[in-house]
Amino acid sequence: MPDLDENNSNNYWKANIRLMLMLLSVWFFVSFVCGILIVDYLNQIQFFGYKLGFWFSQQGSIYFFILLIFVYVWRMNSLDRKFGLEEDD
Amino acid sequence: MSLQVMTYVFVGLSFGLYIGIAVWSRSKSTSDFYIAGSHVHPIANGAATAADWMSAASFLSMAGIIAFEGADGARYLMGWTGGYVLLALLLAPYLRKFAKFTVPDFVGDRYYSQTARLVAVVCVIFISFTYVAGQMRGVGIVFSRFLEVEIETGVLVGMAIVFFYAVLGGMKGITYTQVAQYCVLIFAYLVPAIFISIQLTGNPFPMLGLGSTMSDGSGIYLLDRLDGLTTELGMAAFTAGNKSTIDMFFITAALMAGTAGLPHVIVRFFTVPKVRDARISAGYALVFIALLYTTAPAVAAFARINIINSVNEMVYADAPDWFGKWERSGLIAWLDKNADGKVQYRGGNALNPVKPVYAEGVGSSGERSLENQPTNNGNELYIDRDIIVLAHPEIAMLPNWVIALVAAGGLAAALSTAAGLLLVISTAVSHDLMKKTFMPDISERQELLFARLSAAAAVTVAGFFGIYPIGLVAEVVAFAFGLAAASFFPVILLGIFSRRMNKEAAITGMLVGLVFTFSYIVFFKFISPELNNAEHWLLGISPEGIGTLGMLMNFAISAIVCRFTPAPPPDVQKMVENIRIPRQQASI
Repeated sequence: MPDLDENNSNNYWKANIRLMLMLLSVWFFVSFVCGILIVDYLNQIQFFGYKLGFWFSQQGSIYFFILLIFVYVWRMNSLDRKFGLEEDD
Repeated sequence: MSLQVMTYVFVGLSFGLYIGIAVWSRSKSTSDFYIAGSHVHPIANGAATAADWMSAASFLSMAGIIAFEGADGARYLMGWTGGYVLLALLLAPYLRKFAKFTVPDFVGDRYYSQTARLVAVVCVIFISFTYVAGQMRGVGIVFSRFLEVEIETGVLVGMAIVFFYAVLGGMKGITYTQVAQYCVLIFAYLVPAIFISIQLTGNPFPMLGLGSTMSDGSGIYLLDRLDGLTTELGMAAFTAGNKSTIDMFFITAALMAGTAGLPHVIVRFFTVPKVRDARISAGYALVFIALLYTTAPAVAAFARINIINSVNEMVYADAPDWFGKWERSGLIAWLDKNADGKVQYRGGNALNPVKPVYAEGVGSSGERSLENQPTNNGNELYIDRDIIVLAHPEIAMLPNWVIALVAAGGLAAALSTAAGLLLVISTAVSHDLMKKTFMPDISERQELLFARLSAAAAVTVAGFFGIYPIGLVAEVVAFAFGLAAASFFPVILLGIFSRRMNKEAAITGMLVGLVFTFSYIVFFKFISPELNNAEHWLLGISPEGIGTLGMLMNFAISAIVCRFTPAPPPDVQKMVENIRIPRQQASI
């Protein structure tokens, strides 16, 4: 049933794109927005021993990047299974 | 044991390890040589990617740049890590599913065009050579500084080692050597950082020490102390930036897209067995990289404090050993403007021209005489930022074995990156030029021989650049990232995410992105360097960040050309659908 297959693949791809865009907006927000665009504003806020903007640009964004990749891996592996498109072992 | 003997021991042991691994993991087929037979465990690939990626620049220069630039250094921290998010989400899994050997392979097949493949090959070779030259130079510098041999000898030894395991082992040898090199380099980076973090803040984790209070009983946060010290001495506050927001934005974006588009990083994801391994492997790689990248800003801040505290108002005659040693190597200079025999460290450049030009003889305190004119500020000290990582353990008076370890770590960082780049160059020649373009009839054994020969030739050329640097190594690095961002990143991305993307659009897009970025950098760096300032830049974007604009132009041109030219053939569209899905499809 090629039509059903194609439908399934398309839905999988759409779900993938949705997940990706969501994660990339977090990626953009923590680095470009918090670390660059509004860094001076955030620097007025003290975050432990850091100014908040400085923390985002030199520490925090990197921690978020790691988190984003692991969330992506976890969500994608379950999407693979949900649509029956995972690899054989 | 003296420092020098200790350094020989550490460097010797680490080199022995690399050679041992190379002998154990020889390549027997082209698949072994190009992609390690796709048998690499994702964690091993993560460590190898981290070593592949972190070069002499990350290990030796980055903390130094942050130490002197403060907040502006964030463009490297975010740019060189954020690229891995793009790599993991947008490129790595799909390229793994594509399952070929090289980046030009993908470009050539996806765009059903030998022209596209050739453009890609030229880019790969150009990007990789600009990058590798700097690595060989880094090897030479570490050797000459710590083992007190000529830079030339250092480069030759480095070449011999890389030659041995890259030519013999190919990707398989390189992968496992890089895993070992990662361990050496991260250990060498963290140990002194932990020591110094405990000294200054009492916190054994440098990334947390950066946000802790000083352990001198004052209860002041370290960063506040540093801001206070720097402003007091008339320097820019450490946590305040000087670069314009638009420039920071564009540079960071260019470094991110460039990271995701660098062929020697992408090709690492061809070496794991499965698509889901490629995904998780990018995550491991970033964890391994982040260990160094979150430590670097701490090292930078610690170093800035230690330098200010140890040299400002120091009587030159009582200067510690390291001061004289780096002065003799030409990376520190002191001009006693007020003739009080003490070093005043203040804001602004001490010398005119900025870099020291030494004269014969010594001054009244015994310092090396200079031909430079004094500037009209109170600063008397020139410190080259490249010495921070190497000199800091000595400044903080750490034991000799820690200092020797740093030398071994710097070599590991430079050698691992050099090997990865050389492999990409040799693959581009033997696979994409020979096998796929000019000599399609050669057997696998012949192709493997060509691969080894071109790896050998590439090592030789790289070594030559290390011994006779074009003098512009720092300048040309902007090329590598700008060009990767303006060419490979958009072309691969669109190749995966747009089924309609065709060869006409890909070729014009790549050419426009490349020509624009290339000419902008050449104009400001080489033709009219005197105009290289914000006033003359397009939209206030420096040559470092122009790759982002090149990338946007590439996207725009591709979208337009694509609308007016025929769709790609059905089998290519099928291929795109196929790489989007992890499961192997039965042939349709």
